[in-house]
Amino acid sequence: MSTPDPPPSRELLRTEGIRKTFTGVVALDGVDFDLHEGEVHVLLGENGAGKSTLIKVLSGVHRADSGRVLRDGKPVRIHSAGDAERLGVATMHQEFNLVPHLSVAENIFLGRQPRRFGLLDRSRMNADAAEVLGRVGVDIPPDTPVRELGVARSQMVEIAKALSLRARVLIMDEPTAALTADEVEKLFDLVRRLRADGVGIVFITHHLEEIAALGDRVTVLRDGRSVGRTPASTPRDDLVRMMVGRSIEQQYPRETGTPRATSGNAEAPLLRVSGLGRAGSFSGVGFELRAGEVVGLAGLVGAGRTEVARAVFGADPYDSGTVEVQGRRLRRHDINAALAAGIGLVPEDRKGQGLLPDSSVEDNLGLVTLRRASRAGFVNLTGQQESASRIAGRLNVRMSGLGQRMGTLSGGNQQKVVIGKWLLAQSRVLILDEPTRGIDVGAKVEIYELINELTASGHAVLMISSDLPEVLGMSDRVLVMAQGRIAGELAAREATQDAVMRLAVGTAHEQGTPASKTKDKEGLRGH
Amino acid sequence: MATDIHSSSGQGHGDGHGQGQHRLGKGPSKGGGPGGGPGGALSDAKPVLRKVLLENGALSGLVVLTVVLAAMSPDFLSTQNLLNVGVQAAVTAILAFGVTFVVVAGGIDLSVGSVAALSAIMLGYTSTKEGLPVWLSVLLAVGTGVACGLVSGGLIAYGKLPPFIATLAMLSVGRGLSLVLSEGTPIALPASVATVGETLGGWFPLPLVVLVVMGGITSLVLARTYSGRSMYAIGGNEEAARLSGIRVRRQKLVIYGLSGAFAAVAGIVLASRLASAQPQAATGYELDAIAAVVIGGASLAGGVGKASGTLIGALILAVLRNGLNLLEVSIFWQQVVIGAVIALAVLLDTLRRRA
Repeated sequence: MSTPDPPPSRELLRTEGIRKTFTGVVALDGVDFDLHEGEVHVLLGENGAGKSTLIKVLSGVHRADSGRVLRDGKPVRIHSAGDAERLGVATMHQEFNLVPHLSVAENIFLGRQPRRFGLLDRSRMNADAAEVLGRVGVDIPPDTPVRELGVARSQMVEIAKALSLRARVLIMDEPTAALTADEVEKLFDLVRRLRADGVGIVFITHHLEEIAALGDRVTVLRDGRSVGRTPASTPRDDLVRMMVGRSIEQQYPRETGTPRATSGNAEAPLLRVSGLGRAGSFSGVGFELRAGEVVGLAGLVGAGRTEVARAVFGADPYDSGTVEVQGRRLRRHDINAALAAGIGLVPEDRKGQGLLPDSSVEDNLGLVTLRRASRAGFVNLTGQQESASRIAGRLNVRMSGLGQRMGTLSGGNQQKVVIGKWLLAQSRVLILDEPTRGIDVGAKVEIYELINELTASGHAVLMISSDLPEVLGMSDRVLVMAQGRIAGELAAREATQDAVMRLAVGTAHEQGTPASKTKDKEGLRGH
Repeated sequence: MATDIHSSSGQGHGDGHGQGQHRLGKGPSKGGGPGGGPGGALSDAKPVLRKVLLENGALSGLVVLTVVLAAMSPDFLSTQNLLNVGVQAAVTAILAFGVTFVVVAGGIDLSVGSVAALSAIMLGYTSTKEGLPVWLSVLLAVGTGVACGLVSGGLIAYGKLPPFIATLAMLSVGRGLSLVLSEGTPIALPASVATVGETLGGWFPLPLVVLVVMGGITSLVLARTYSGRSMYAIGGNEEAARLSGIRVRRQKLVIYGLSGAFAAVAGIVLASRLASAQPQAATGYELDAIAAVVIGGASLAGGVGKASGTLIGALILAVLRNGLNLLEVSIFWQQVVIGAVIALAVLLDTLRRRA
């Protein structure tokens, strides 16, 4: 473990007083940061704290309004990705910068493919790519199209690309967000090797346990300022306190195992799913959801959790079984029937399926209620605005106003808006698919508290999550799916990481379960 | 959107470039804050005006263009000429309003020129050759436009064809049908229809009235109706819209149906100006319409666009053509200039947004 002092090695990169505003919103307000040879410097902060903006300044996506960037002690200007490349700064963004239809080798050498007589020298390119991939330690044929790779191997390709550019500074923005435990270990090994070679690594993560495992120093950002620098061995509670500026008494505020759920036993379940099946995806799925309870749906990625959720909501069809809300059977594959019956779905892919990035917060909040707020085709805009304003206040959405563009909110605040539109629609059954993915600790707790509030007022929540401590911490009951079936149900008090894991990896009881064709199984991540 | 101060002021300016000129002089007395004296109001209005222009690249372009042309040609600012520009803009603008719905919803409609011609031919055919009453013929013409739009929309929503392909097919089918129906020759229109191409009170051109009405409808639909708001949602993120209960496929029918209806109206206005329905009319107008929409600030990726912007885009094209004519620039060079202006307008807008 290191000390708070910078390592004795040479300084690679330094920022001084970086400031950046977006149409009046201050994203960075004087950030000081430095990176030395052979260190992993973790950048920590809530969503919206300015981490992404900072790395976009360093990678040439944004220009800082003021402040300096020094590379090897000399002031430099990084105004484009090309500038960053020339300065040996490589960035792995959360969204990969790979072209899916091109081969691995072409992606690695994109824009600088080896040429002979002006034509692409494919054999040399593939050979060079194989050499770089070898250094990364992955075994991928260089002519494989990138679209055939899973997340983990795509990431390795990105790293290979950075190596081939002889990057001295590697910025990694939440590289572990979508990896299994095994893959994370492999990634860490690689990062350690790069560090030993003298590469400086800026590492962004929301998983606090990764800091001690990998990091040397930590810089904490809050509200666009650097508020602290500590060794990576700093206790987690202290790190959290620095991030949110307050201490989080309890990461999972739910009081599980209380008779809250059982007290309402007499009344009929809000949602009853029975015998639900779709060839190739899931079969025989049945469960009930009662008012006031949170039911966790755990399982490996590819176990069929999202597929079941979407089928229950009517977004996708199913072949057999029924979905009933308060005793009334819902029409199959009909979102509007589900919506009218009071089911709401917060999809797993927030950006791709949850929000309108170019529209205002107000329009996003009013999306589900748009129809109900219309008379003879005309929308009651005043009413919509009042509702949006009320719910944004209740959910404590941090924004410059209801007119702010949705795409410019931080991930946590976007998620609050996505949940908010269902609250406005007065949905009593909420299906939350990975509700806290990519969201910082502070916003997570706010969402947990919101879940508590909702169940206390008679809502029912089905929470799909790959974050095991979260499932265990928040659920009254845990359903575990494996290979398209419900492998078991655990009450809160008997649900442990081990018990869930045993069911999830499925010592499958029966044959004939739908073949799961998942290539890259994402493991459940324990903390 | 409609509650956004900036956008509503932008819309206010959309009622015509001539008014934009007047606002330079009159604006302060209208827009000045309460309590400010005449002098104070004047100094208040300038930053407001500057802000409106800065936030609306196309409007600034129109103002600059107008000022330059006014300086270069003394005839440009005459009432007669400005009305002329309006008439020239009318057909493009009405087509472009229809295309605005489609573009906001993330689609494209290449068929509007053909559909306009087919609708006009339908009007001429049913009224002149079949002798139906004019009101019924007009209804049938608009119905033809709507039907074309519904077919395109159906192919897109239910047949999952890309909008480019479906409307490209309709472009060809529409033009072909108008040639078949007319047997390739123009059809004279009854006098009562031809009056649409004339003037109100002997000086105000009726096409301008139609332009204003259709612009008003567009603005109203986009800002205030369920369908309009759905267009922004579908264009912004179709899957998110679907998962929020928007009936995406049904709305696509509405969207392309509206575009067809607007094309029909544009076709009728064009035919009435020529006093005859011509099967080759409005050829290539779909590109002008799309250019107007894009110059007006809409994004071809969907989710962004307004009626006022489209009007400004259509006016820029018309002002430019008119000015180049007044300056006696050859028709060949005019095409070069217009192409350059389209590229420049969108380029400036992109740069402004990035800044």
